[in-house]
Amino acid sequence: MPSSTKYDQQMGFFIDMQRCIGCHACEMACAECETNGQESMIHIHYVERAVSTQTTVQVCMHCEDPACANVCPADAISKDEFGVVHTAETSRCIGCSNCVLACPFGVPQKQEKAELMMKCNMCYDRTSAGKKPMCATVCPSQALFYGTREEIEKKRPDSVPVDTFFFGEQEVKTKVKIMMPKGSNYLKVQ
Amino acid sequence: MAKLPVSAEKIIKQYGPKKNYTPLGGFEGSNEPDRLVKTHCCFCGMQCGIQLKVKDNQIAGFEPWMEFPFNEGRLCPKGVQRYLQNNHPDRILSPLQRVEGKGFEPIDWESAMGRTVNEIKRIQSTYGNDAFAMLSGVSLTNEKSYMVGKFARLALKTKNLDYNGRLCMVSAGAGNKKAFGLDRISNSWADLKHAKVIIIAGTNISECFPTLTHYIWEARDNGAKLIVVDPRVTPIARTADLHLPVKPGRDSALFGAILKQLVDNDWLDHDFIDYHTSGFEEAIDAVKEYDLDWAEATTGIDKEKIRLAAEWWGKADTSFLLHARGIEHHTKGVDNVVSCINIVLATGRIGKPYCGYGTITGQGNGQGGREHGHKCDQLPGNRDITNPEHRKYIAEVWGVEEKEIPGKGLSAYEIIEAIHRGEIKGLISICFNPLVSLPNNNFVREALEKLEYYMCIDFFLNETARHADVIMAGSLHEEEDGTVTTAEGRVVKINQAITPPGQARKDSDILIELAQRLGAGDKFNYSKAEDIFNELRVASKGGTADYYGITYKKIEENMGIFWPCPSEDHPGTPRLWEDKKFKTPDGKAHFNAVPYREPSEVTDKEFPVTLTTGRVVSQYLSGTQTRRIGKLVDQYPEPLLEIHPSLAQQFGIKERELVRVSTRRGEAVFPAQIVETIRPDTVFIPYHWGGSQSANQLTIGTLDPVSKIPEFKVCACKLEPLKKWAAPSTDSLAFQSHETLKP
Repeated sequence: MPSSTKYDQQMGFFIDMQRCIGCHACEMACAECETNGQESMIHIHYVERAVSTQTTVQVCMHCEDPACANVCPADAISKDEFGVVHTAETSRCIGCSNCVLACPFGVPQKQEKAELMMKCNMCYDRTSAGKKPMCATVCPSQALFYGTREEIEKKRPDSVPVDTFFFGEQEVKTKVKIMMPKGSNYLKVQ
Repeated sequence: MAKLPVSAEKIIKQYGPKKNYTPLGGFEGSNEPDRLVKTHCCFCGMQCGIQLKVKDNQIAGFEPWMEFPFNEGRLCPKGVQRYLQNNHPDRILSPLQRVEGKGFEPIDWESAMGRTVNEIKRIQSTYGNDAFAMLSGVSLTNEKSYMVGKFARLALKTKNLDYNGRLCMVSAGAGNKKAFGLDRISNSWADLKHAKVIIIAGTNISECFPTLTHYIWEARDNGAKLIVVDPRVTPIARTADLHLPVKPGRDSALFGAILKQLVDNDWLDHDFIDYHTSGFEEAIDAVKEYDLDWAEATTGIDKEKIRLAAEWWGKADTSFLLHARGIEHHTKGVDNVVSCINIVLATGRIGKPYCGYGTITGQGNGQGGREHGHKCDQLPGNRDITNPEHRKYIAEVWGVEEKEIPGKGLSAYEIIEAIHRGEIKGLISICFNPLVSLPNNNFVREALEKLEYYMCIDFFLNETARHADVIMAGSLHEEEDGTVTTAEGRVVKINQAITPPGQARKDSDILIELAQRLGAGDKFNYSKAEDIFNELRVASKGGTADYYGITYKKIEENMGIFWPCPSEDHPGTPRLWEDKKFKTPDGKAHFNAVPYREPSEVTDKEFPVTLTTGRVVSQYLSGTQTRRIGKLVDQYPEPLLEIHPSLAQQFGIKERELVRVSTRRGEAVFPAQIVETIRPDTVFIPYHWGGSQSANQLTIGTLDPVSKIPEFKVCACKLEPLKKWAAPSTDSLAFQSHETLKP
């Protein structure tokens, strides 16, 4: 990946599930990107509509040590110098679905029609040109926030960014952060 | 002859609704647009800034407009997808006429204009001028709203002109005029961010005004407590500090009880009450019996929650109260509104930084469109059509004798009733789809079928237009310049991006030619939208909604100007009432006594369940536009009956079972969606669909005596499970508004 871009390493991607209103603007805006072929790389789900209107956001967390890249037999997935984990290179991806099975967050999806894995690359075309990713740009509640850590800590004093997850005993650190109640250091996923 | 010429199915096949999707690789030229046009979303009262990509005179996509201060690029799904209307297979590309047994066929403009003018003259010479009515809408710009008002009065010479704002915020407008003598939110959204207690009553902000959600969260980050009054746990209510699940139709009881708590605990601003208000004693006398036990029994809200809401509100340093259709769509809509205003005035928290109150206008130009004269009782500048001085001023602006301006006409639903009675025989509609949006719409259909002549101006063949004799192909939001006034009172500029396709014309050009053919062409001498705006400025001068000092140039330089703005060197007024000089005759803010009364229809043995209606995030109003956009349809494909598990159990209703919902006015079948996020005594159905799955077959057409708003938000129904299960939502054709199709 080119290093002579305007990609600002101070900028981070933060998700606050509490603020998600389930409107799906992020999905629709993501799908607009010409490289996505009208498929969204971010997904909104109800947790359990029968009891609550709570929705959750599922998007690539851009792991420090990405399982998807580690298990890829074709070296199609790479992490760049800025920590962005890129979607599988079309010329290399063999459509084996190892990444789909390996990702602890269940993010990569195999596009059956194209026999390709596709996932979020943090709107590289936009972020490398100094813009925000499309989903965080449009998000009307700013459940998706793109900015500096200092900025969000100042703006949202009751919550704290967390980038450490435990899946059983396995620790996963991510570039994307989720906002949790003040005092939290990690999220344990059972 | 306003019956369907052929079956609805045949009309749908040709004119839709069909679902439009962006091609997989985007529209041609979306990566290399000829230009980006800065304008606004065509939907709700937030009027978010957006840039449209234009390629070869077509809209090819959108790009966020980061600099527009209200939304800074943020958009809801409707805003993201709004651009799909221009490149749409359903678009009406030429005038059409009804042909019995065949459907609709294209005709030329000469025929469409000639026939319409002949029918207007025939009907008016036979039955009188007022037998021809006009219905308008507030998705229209200020310029078009103003021109429709002038057109109906001077060209059509009828008093019977009204608009779809009658189904929107008229209760708030009437309540605000009673209390303040002026009808506008008191503060800009900037003040909302710093309010310490926020009450939002009857407004599903997260679905109807999604981009305002960010302001609520910013306020909460700054320490605000959020109180949500709603029968349902909407997405914004889910995280609220206090949710008051009010029984539909009992809002004034809640606010009356809160007022009594403020008085009993002396959480009052006595100086403000003494020096700047009137009517306080009468207002508190009306609520003296409304103790917490009474309030709990009447509203269905736990009394401790009511007490806590009163305490938070009473003790707050700064506050903001917002409401919308949830408290306004009632036969006591105005009562509900002034009961909210009473608690604002009692605590004196208005006309100061971070202290505000207002309605959240639903439609794109719900604010500006209700100020400039296409209401039955109003002239531009929010002037009163029955006031001799107001009439004289506008007559001078228009260059006519005062007596040439007709008097007060019927309101929207009353026009439909008069058509049904046979008193009104002809109709022109623009920007209004009453067959979906009015209550008791079987009655509306009967009325439409009695018309001798109906002409509709629209860009898509909406459900009501299926009944038209002639349809004139009009323009989309992005096909004409103009201004709109957002829900915060900010006048913003709509920029034309493309010209209307095919033989479609700008709405204003259609009205100008009709006016010329009706002999009033000299009153419609406009060559561009700015000419109309400049006349509007003069017409509004000295009125309560004074736009005189606002120019296109100023709007563009400042990203909008807040009215009132009485002179060109005036910066506009984001915050009202800082001088405490209210626009009432005595210059004071008025308390209003609100004795509680019941909704027009309450539950009984035969109809034991309360029915309420509302919106979903992916659809907008009657769906003429959003039921044609594929992804918005797919997100919520069919109207569902939201029902609490305990009520479902009582009737033996299972998830996705088909349920017949009946009221005294009609019946319809909906799939059940069993959720704990609604009161156990209430069911909810969203209203965006027409035909056999239209919720407004069930709703009641009783009106508020002052505002004439229908009571959409509460009536009585019965439920009957059919022991049959709905087909998958993904197969639903509800978006097309079939006449007989069941889910």
